[in-house]
Amino acid sequence: MEFPEELKYTEEHEWVMVEEDLAVIGITDFAQDALGDVVFVELPEVGTSVEAGKAFGVVESVKAVSDVYAPLTGTIEEINDDLIDAPEIINTSPYEDGWMVKIRMAEAKDADELMDAEAYQALIAEES
Amino acid sequence: MQKTPLNQIHRDLGARMVDFGGWDMPVQYAGVIEEHLAVRQAAGLFDVSHMGEVEVTGTNALAYIQLLTVNDAAKLVDGQVQYSAFCYPEGGIVDDVTLYRFSDTRFMFCVNAANIDKDFAWMQQVLADSSLSDVTLVNRSEEFAQIALQGPESEKILACLTDLPLAELTYYHFCVGEVDGLEMIVSRTGYTGEDGFELYLPSAAAVDIWQELMAAGRPLGLQPIGLGARDTLRLEKGYALYGHELSREISPLEAGLAWITKLDKNDFVGKAALVAQKADGVSRRRVGLIMLERGIPREEYPVFLGDNQVGIVTSGTMSPSLKVGIALALVAPEAAKSDTELEIVVRNRRMKAKVARPPFVE
Repeated sequence: MEFPEELKYTEEHEWVMVEEDLAVIGITDFAQDALGDVVFVELPEVGTSVEAGKAFGVVESVKAVSDVYAPLTGTIEEINDDLIDAPEIINTSPYEDGWMVKIRMAEAKDADELMDAEAYQALIAEES
Repeated sequence: MQKTPLNQIHRDLGARMVDFGGWDMPVQYAGVIEEHLAVRQAAGLFDVSHMGEVEVTGTNALAYIQLLTVNDAAKLVDGQVQYSAFCYPEGGIVDDVTLYRFSDTRFMFCVNAANIDKDFAWMQQVLADSSLSDVTLVNRSEEFAQIALQGPESEKILACLTDLPLAELTYYHFCVGEVDGLEMIVSRTGYTGEDGFELYLPSAAAVDIWQELMAAGRPLGLQPIGLGARDTLRLEKGYALYGHELSREISPLEAGLAWITKLDKNDFVGKAALVAQKADGVSRRRVGLIMLERGIPREEYPVFLGDNQVGIVTSGTMSPSLKVGIALALVAPEAAKSDTELEIVVRNRRMKAKVARPPFVE
């Protein structure tokens, strides 16, 4: 199970990579493993406003539908089109090719509130 | 939770376990899609020991079974299997079952795991209410383990462990004989739509037989298969699942099981209600649906024809073989014709689907 050091994490098992006021979002290795084979991804349109803590998209496995929650408030700047035809990229490369959206943050410092890799790993250990 | 004799094997194989109707069962090992494709292309091994087995014996066994079930058991010869169902007097379904005839005075039912106690109590009630003597019912579920071997390589794999004439064992027939030196029931049946076998064996021997089958089959591509792939496999073939396409509120005529419902048979429990329903015409029918847009239909999603809701999805998934959403649904008869375009409400959006007669995959 991987927990890249340079990323931030949420309790809902999303990761965030911060580049100034742009946040790249995806779901963690733990999340993709728990979901099993991802067969469908629903992403919001570019320009959509998202609010921290609210669902902005959906990841579907064979058996179940899972909401994906916005870790931060802002606007969708870009979405990963590759996931439309190849949702399984989320399983094989959750932190790199499997990125889901890029959010232009309303407040760049909101990212400071997120967990670091160590805290997220501890959370996982607690949940298991 | 209840555990089958193979529980530790699943855990040792790294299976993700789930509570299925009170049983601690493997939902996946390598992954649902990989397991599904393995069964279609090579072979898969399933632990289905949680299923139930009830033996019916006695001089009036056949008469009792004719009263209890909707299909015509008199058509069976020794060594033959029949898909059937028990109905309530109002016409709803108690369970769908397979019926094995050993002789005209000895039969066995295989019933769904979640319904074992309910079915056995029902069988006893029907027997008590009848005037039939010399019928004995024995719930043998705990004595039996059950392992299913399914896929095009099944016969080759099983032949490694038995001298039974498998090539002559035809679909929906069974024999009793030795596999790996142990006597068991070998049935050419299954829930995947592929060639394969269901083995009924003593619980104490389950671990050994599983290991022997895996050893013989691995070189031919045999993999362990969980309940996740079991569901996608049966759904691609349009097979019903109790609790989804079948229930107390759904009759066999509505559920697409008219073909096993023999209304010209002697009286059986539920016959009057079903005869009346047939005369009136059913108000809803089971159909298959294929998505025309990107989206996955799921159970309980509403189905619309124009502005009217005409039904509901009873089972749905992304088909691993076709890579498109497929579903079984109960809809009003006017929406049930092949190629009718309907809409399924997926979360808050209407998505187009069309009626397609199963199987979705040949």
